Amino acid sequence: MTTRRLFLAATALASACAFATPSLAQSGKVTVVTSFSKDVTDPIKQAFEKANPGLTLEVQNRNTNAGVKFVEETRSNPQSDLFWASAPDAFEVLKGKKLLQQYAPKAKGIPEKIGSYPINDKEGYYFGFAASGYGIMWNERYLKANRIPEPKEWSDLAKPVYHNHVSIASPARSGTTHLTIETILQGEGWDKGWGAIKAMAGNFNQIAERSFGVPDAVNSGQVGVGIVIDFFAFSAQGAGFPVKFVYPSVTTVVPANVGIIAGAPNKAGAEAFIEYLLSPAGQDILLSPTIRRLPVNPEAYAKAPAGFPNPFKDKAFQGMITFDVDKSESRTGVVDTLFDQLISFQLDDLKAVTKLMQDVEQGLAKKDNAQARVLLAEARQAVAAMPVTEAQASNDADIKGAFRGGKEGKTRQAEFERKWAAFAKENYAKAKAKAEQALALVR
Amino acid sequence: MQAALPLPAARTAVATPGQWLTVGAIAAFLTLFLIVPVAMVIIVAFQDPATGAFTLVNFADFARSPLFLRSFGNSLYVSLMAVVWATVFALPLAYFTTRFEFRGSAIIQTLGVIPLIMPPFAGAVAMQLLFGQNGSINLLLDDWFGFRLPLMDGLNGVIFVQSVHYFPFILINVTASLRNIDRSMEEAAQNLGSSGFRLFRRIVFPLAMPGFVAGASLVFIKVFDDLATPLLLNVKDMLAPQAYLRISSIGLKDPMGYVISVVLMVFSILSLFIANFSTRGRDYATTQRGGGGLTKRPISGLDRILAYAIITLILLLVLAPHVGLFLLSIATVWSYAPLPDGYTLAHYARVVTESGQYIWNTLLYSSLTGAAGAVIGAAIAYIVLRTRIPGRHWLDYAASAALAVPGVVLGIGYLRAYFGVQLPNGQSLTSLWIIIVIALAVRRLPYALRACMAAMQQISVSLEEAAENLGATKASTIRRIVAPLMTGGLLAGFITSFATAAVELSATMMLVQNNADAPLAYGLYVFMQSPAGRGAGAALGVIAVLIVGICTYLSQSLAERDRRLKAGS
Repeated sequence: MTTRRLFLAATALASACAFATPSLAQSGKVTVVTSFSKDVTDPIKQAFEKANPGLTLEVQNRNTNAGVKFVEETRSNPQSDLFWASAPDAFEVLKGKKLLQQYAPKAKGIPEKIGSYPINDKEGYYFGFAASGYGIMWNERYLKANRIPEPKEWSDLAKPVYHNHVSIASPARSGTTHLTIETILQGEGWDKGWGAIKAMAGNFNQIAERSFGVPDAVNSGQVGVGIVIDFFAFSAQGAGFPVKFVYPSVTTVVPANVGIIAGAPNKAGAEAFIEYLLSPAGQDILLSPTIRRLPVNPEAYAKAPAGFPNPFKDKAFQGMITFDVDKSESRTGVVDTLFDQLISFQLDDLKAVTKLMQDVEQGLAKKDNAQARVLLAEARQAVAAMPVTEAQASNDADIKGAFRGGKEGKTRQAEFERKWAAFAKENYAKAKAKAEQALALVR
Repeated sequence: MQAALPLPAARTAVATPGQWLTVGAIAAFLTLFLIVPVAMVIIVAFQDPATGAFTLVNFADFARSPLFLRSFGNSLYVSLMAVVWATVFALPLAYFTTRFEFRGSAIIQTLGVIPLIMPPFAGAVAMQLLFGQNGSINLLLDDWFGFRLPLMDGLNGVIFVQSVHYFPFILINVTASLRNIDRSMEEAAQNLGSSGFRLFRRIVFPLAMPGFVAGASLVFIKVFDDLATPLLLNVKDMLAPQAYLRISSIGLKDPMGYVISVVLMVFSILSLFIANFSTRGRDYATTQRGGGGLTKRPISGLDRILAYAIITLILLLVLAPHVGLFLLSIATVWSYAPLPDGYTLAHYARVVTESGQYIWNTLLYSSLTGAAGAVIGAAIAYIVLRTRIPGRHWLDYAASAALAVPGVVLGIGYLRAYFGVQLPNGQSLTSLWIIIVIALAVRRLPYALRACMAAMQQISVSLEEAAENLGATKASTIRRIVAPLMTGGLLAGFITSFATAAVELSATMMLVQNNADAPLAYGLYVFMQSPAGRGAGAALGVIAVLIVGICTYLSQSLAERDRRLKAGS
């Protein structure tokens, strides 16, 4: 106990020094481009300004993609100091375009890794300040009214009882959903992962265009179950909505980040903001009811509400998969496009064939038929089939050229899209024919 | 009725120096703030993605993609159906309030405009809560009768929301047209024994055609190019959402988004050609203005009750989103239930301290936008319809093409074209708030322009010729004759651009660089992005609707007074 108290006192002292010094020297406006909602930025802005008299935080709210575009378009004369968002991919893009600058945070007490993910960029271009994991959230009233059991694993969502009750955001549009999809692909492997995703997708009610669309639909009861990042569910609970959340066993936690924009007009102010976010005071704010993000400083969890997950202690987090950012980065465009061409834009066909296969399965439970079993297996195979192998997605020169603007490829992105869409359509039609034959046998 | 007469031959000189100057100024404005920025963005559509060389192969890719072709078909279908339903909502309101003695005409007219000022995000969110698969109506129906109505499913939902949202374009323009028709035409028809629906179909509606075509083409283009509503309803296989999804996706460097933008623009201009063509060769001008005829007809007995019933029904339907938004703004938790669990004013308390600056900015920006729209719109209308300057129609087409430019493309274009331009104090030109106003003005100009065109078409040239014969100069003719006669149209233009500018978001999103300069719609977006409930956003939305609604009501009353003054003189 004594050591712990000593440690706390030391950190308090350290952090007091950390802002005592800058607050004397710094003044003016710190401009931050962020995708975070007002629920997150308001309390942090207030606390930051109180701790750093003379500095004001100017919050510019843009979605992640618009924010990246904005920083890119304004690079000739930067007017903003910081980029602050969830998706590590966005920071990779900014870093790749040399739109961020290096910094070494002075804050103490933050470990190297959370789960199995490194908290900070290894070259010091951006820093994790909070962590988030991916999972399943649901509306209790909705599930009760429709007599649906609570889900636990991704594979649960592929069961017939969830047909038309599940929602997700398009990974091409939502950085966090992209990471969820990538997590499943890395955890289950390319082919098996896509099979699992398509099996779930056959039960989708809708594919939302923004990440916020999913928690909103679940909160209001438009759909029953949503695939979301954890704090969507925690903050909805904080606001009183009848929702619950679970981390499936194949998932990961990744940090939400902050980084200094190259050529920031108020670099000192930007550094003060990063130091504040990483300080014990800044970490504690993350636990307030409208924010509910996982702090990266393990000490902060002492004040967490009952039942709040602790990624540094809870067993569930220790078994989480190691997320490979480089692999994810190498195939971002391909994965998003595959999702859209095979799932988003073929959703009606995919849902129809999924429903048929579920009917066959239920028929088989009542009246077994060997031939129907074979047909059903073939139908499943046709649905799960992929036009691209894992190696091609990351390494094929032609695909790389089309999706990453390289010069080596001969084929255009639009041609790949057409090919993949046709592949999906044909396979779904084939699966449908087989499932229909099987259904006739078990009726 | 003077229909089908050839247009009177215009004067000998092509144009006066003043007219040339006006053309030059407008052309320069459109070039600087529409054509150049947009060109800097969509040039990607014509480049080979690998080499950067000029190519049309991207357009061939578009034509070969089943997804894009399906999206194109869906967009066309939805836009046409939205025009049909918008007409159904708008015509009774316009006709009853302008032709009969009716209590509360100004209020009905204002309520009819309110749907236009539904802020982005809010409309579809509120409609989902009321009419969605698990919305209030369907939960009750399921409870009582055991069935649900697929009102908001797929394309149906888009058509429903869009026609409710945009029918005011038809309402405003048809109303302005109806007010301008010489009522002696109708009297003559009545004297000859025509009445009721026949009178409307044979005399009134044909004379109001310019207003209807103006409104309907706006609805068509707007629905064709709108991306927010389909996306919020999770409909992706339409053209505008496809463009947006591609342009704003991260890490994708493909030209197809810009190709679709070009297709959208071309199609919007095409639909204006068609609208132009449909009113070409006819003369809708009447020498007497509306005020000169009879006063409004009385309506009594069963007809009166029926008319009120129809109006009430339409207003209930089109104002449903606002009812939903209001409920959401005072709800504690509203989840899978016909009504919220409880009520609170906390959301208002939260937004009220911050909304002052937003409200002031919004009023400033939208007033300037509305005024710019009315002035430039009237100038273009005059030049197109009253002069013979070669290529004058291109001013119309260029200004109207702005309708089809996705806001995000315009926003990126401004940054690309003008971010590097530095002011003497080292600030970028794009960090000035006036840039937001210019972007809004360019985006809203087509609305004002259509209204002004319709108003101008209804003024007989003989009035101006009479003034000039009596020695008036061109300038004083415009000031003393044309402008007063166009008041209704100018006002309609001002109101549509004012009200819609107040809730514009997509271009603003790219251009706001400072919270102190942010308008209400941006604040709304910021408040709406919350997984912890949409209450605060809805509260700000209600405030926005109230303020813009009051301003619209004031302009409507002005219009009524102006009409009465003219009728009395």
